[in-house]
Amino acid sequence: MTDELGAFALYFALALSGVQVLASAVGRLKKNATLRGAGEGAALAAFLAIALAFAALMHAFVTSDFSVLNVAANSHTDKPLLYKVAAVWGSHEGSMLLWCLALTGFGMAVAVFGQGLPSGLKALTVATQGGLGLLFIGYTAFASNPFVRLAAAPVEGASLNPILQDPFLAIHPPFLYAGYVGFSVVFSLAVAALIEGRVDAAWARWVRPWTLAAWSCLTVGITLGSFWAYYELGWGGWWFWDPVENASFMPWLVGAALLHSSIVTEKRGALAGWTAFLALAAFTFSMLGAFLVRSGVLTSVHAFAVDPKRGVILLAILAVAAGSAFALFAWRAPGLRGQGGLFAPVSREGALVLNNLFFAAATLTVALGTLYPLIRQALTGEAISVGAPYYALTFAPIMAACLIILPAGPLLAWKRADALGAAQRLSAAAVLALAAALLGFFVLQPDKLGPAVGLAIGTWLIAGSLTELIVRIRLGQVPGAEVLRRLGGLPRGQWGMTLAHAGLGVFVLGAAFETSGRIDAAEVLSIGQSLSVGQYRLTLKSVSPVDGPNYAAERAVLAVTGPGGAAPDVTPERRFYPANRQTTSQVAIQRRGASDLYVVVGERREGRRPGWLVRAYWNPWARLIFGGPILMALGGLVSLSDRRLRLGVGARAARRTQSPLAGAAH
Amino acid sequence: MSPVRLGPKISGLLAAATTVILMAFSADDPGDRLRDPAAEAHARALFRDIRCLVCQNQSIDESEAPLAEDLRKIVRAQVAAGRTDAQIKAYIVARYGEFALERPTVSLGNAVLWGAPFLVLVVGGGGLFLHRGRAAAAETPLTPEEEARLERISVPPT
Repeated sequence: MTDELGAFALYFALALSGVQVLASAVGRLKKNATLRGAGEGAALAAFLAIALAFAALMHAFVTSDFSVLNVAANSHTDKPLLYKVAAVWGSHEGSMLLWCLALTGFGMAVAVFGQGLPSGLKALTVATQGGLGLLFIGYTAFASNPFVRLAAAPVEGASLNPILQDPFLAIHPPFLYAGYVGFSVVFSLAVAALIEGRVDAAWARWVRPWTLAAWSCLTVGITLGSFWAYYELGWGGWWFWDPVENASFMPWLVGAALLHSSIVTEKRGALAGWTAFLALAAFTFSMLGAFLVRSGVLTSVHAFAVDPKRGVILLAILAVAAGSAFALFAWRAPGLRGQGGLFAPVSREGALVLNNLFFAAATLTVALGTLYPLIRQALTGEAISVGAPYYALTFAPIMAACLIILPAGPLLAWKRADALGAAQRLSAAAVLALAAALLGFFVLQPDKLGPAVGLAIGTWLIAGSLTELIVRIRLGQVPGAEVLRRLGGLPRGQWGMTLAHAGLGVFVLGAAFETSGRIDAAEVLSIGQSLSVGQYRLTLKSVSPVDGPNYAAERAVLAVTGPGGAAPDVTPERRFYPANRQTTSQVAIQRRGASDLYVVVGERREGRRPGWLVRAYWNPWARLIFGGPILMALGGLVSLSDRRLRLGVGARAARRTQSPLAGAAH
Repeated sequence: MSPVRLGPKISGLLAAATTVILMAFSADDPGDRLRDPAAEAHARALFRDIRCLVCQNQSIDESEAPLAEDLRKIVRAQVAAGRTDAQIKAYIVARYGEFALERPTVSLGNAVLWGAPFLVLVVGGGGLFLHRGRAAAAETPLTPEEEARLERISVPPT
């Protein structure tokens, strides 16, 4: 019964999205507040309907209702509750429903929290959001319906792919989708502003919080996915330049560019057209991501719920939504010219434009690397691969150049800046970075250049961000009390930026160290034998069977001795899931500071030297790879909490200016 | 319970399941390794440049598939025989095509792939450079009347 209720709610949400588009658009056209209100009400109702559908599907999974095809194909009674819940978005159908939940959720958020938006802009934004809802809810209802019943319900389900049964992966899609779909608001705002013909500073002020929220969620989502790959795929890799990873990375890069360009539009009124373009591009890349991931057009280590036939429909949705938006842009954007303030090349604007140029080139690198094999095959029939070495030669130097100029940006003044002054202020950071590079080059063995460059750039970013903070609070120039007062008075946006930029530095340190400093070892060990990895020695103590809730495992126990004497044992496992007839490897990771001792046990080998294949890795500073992006996401959230950006503040500020007495009364 | 009694049973199941495994464990047999550490490191570097053809986007350094294992043996044998990287890659391409290379060749067919990102930087950078000239030209100095008016309406800060 709940299943039918869910299906009904899904169709109802589709109808509500239609009402949302019509009422909002006509309300704007006729300047009718009642119709506009009806459109907003429909947006709220569409969200509630999708939430009901989502709850119904979750109910089917939690109660293991195998008469529902999707549950039978992706769940199992033995599965722990968390993974029953996570299986809701583990399949193609369920993940599209999650997408719709996020899409209508953001539509509702604009309708309910966007009180400060000009009424016309708001109505058109709600209408566009409804249009996207029509496309995606329509797709879910007619091509990817998760509520399809089976004529004969099986006794047991086929269970979720065991490598997806993991706490980090369970919460990874909601974050990722909140990020992907969060850009839909920015997309709708851009479409609405282009129709209204006003892409200005006030508009950019509305774009920024939504971009920050979406980008922060996407950062967390990508980091969780990367961390999952790190410990679940079993060889310690955390980024493979895989199509599915690239699909999430492209909107992230465009979102980051948008965060920066919208600052210029907000503060100086310049780059309005470019900011609108990026606002459209961010969600376009999100939709491209959905298509790439779900269609299986590219092979990937992360491809789990793939369906080529429905991929064509997703491609059509992408073409309709992005095509019409960019056509609108091409039509309206020329009329936007000539508004922005002028600026000299050496200025905050100039630095941010340069940032956008690097991000555009970097995004193009990832897009080409992902799509070029498809294009080349279609044109010439020749199959090529684009792997990590391509990105090391293109993406890495472009981003390195971007990171080298990064610390200078925040130190430059708007309009026209003093380059020499910024250079002087950064001299301490530069000396530190150089010292770190030299230290790395002479101390580290055997691969020196990679970590030395990484150390230099990472130190440069962290020290550069702190320099900017020190300049702002005038540390060492004014008395301590004044410094503290300034520190307390810094806007949250300032803290957010410092956190995000320093977090990027932390990530660079980790990435450079882990990639070039990793040590690995592999031996076939019988009980009592040992192997060495770096400064650690692992001795196989025992291998014994263990029963899990829905798997049978072989657990190895290895004693660890390191530079500081004996350390706790590590217990890697090899798990067999009978429901899927699949084996997975449960890696044992022992954290030592920011570094990881990473141990995997393989299958038993017979023959001359019987034993278990044990692999061990020493991953120096690996935790910084994941800690850095979390700092960046935190920076985004701190920025989002800035008074300036808090939703509705614009309206309150406007009211205050109108009645100065009311303002004084506070 | 002795691990020896149950171990083989589970291993049997594991072996049966290996065929359906999508993932891999960098399953490089320690017995296959070259004795000379420099040659082994060289071979490992080459593994990262050669794609496992039957896998879901993995290099032969990362894959546990039998084909990857065979390719590793071939590469190690050729490294041990003193063949150059170019010769080894040419051998792989002759057998499996360019698809087997993780790093696409710098060729006419891949000109867009390699060139476009840098072209964007050059064209974008050039555009900025031109804009600089235009911005300077557009910024005309104030006339004396405007200066005087600015003086009148400016309120000293304090």
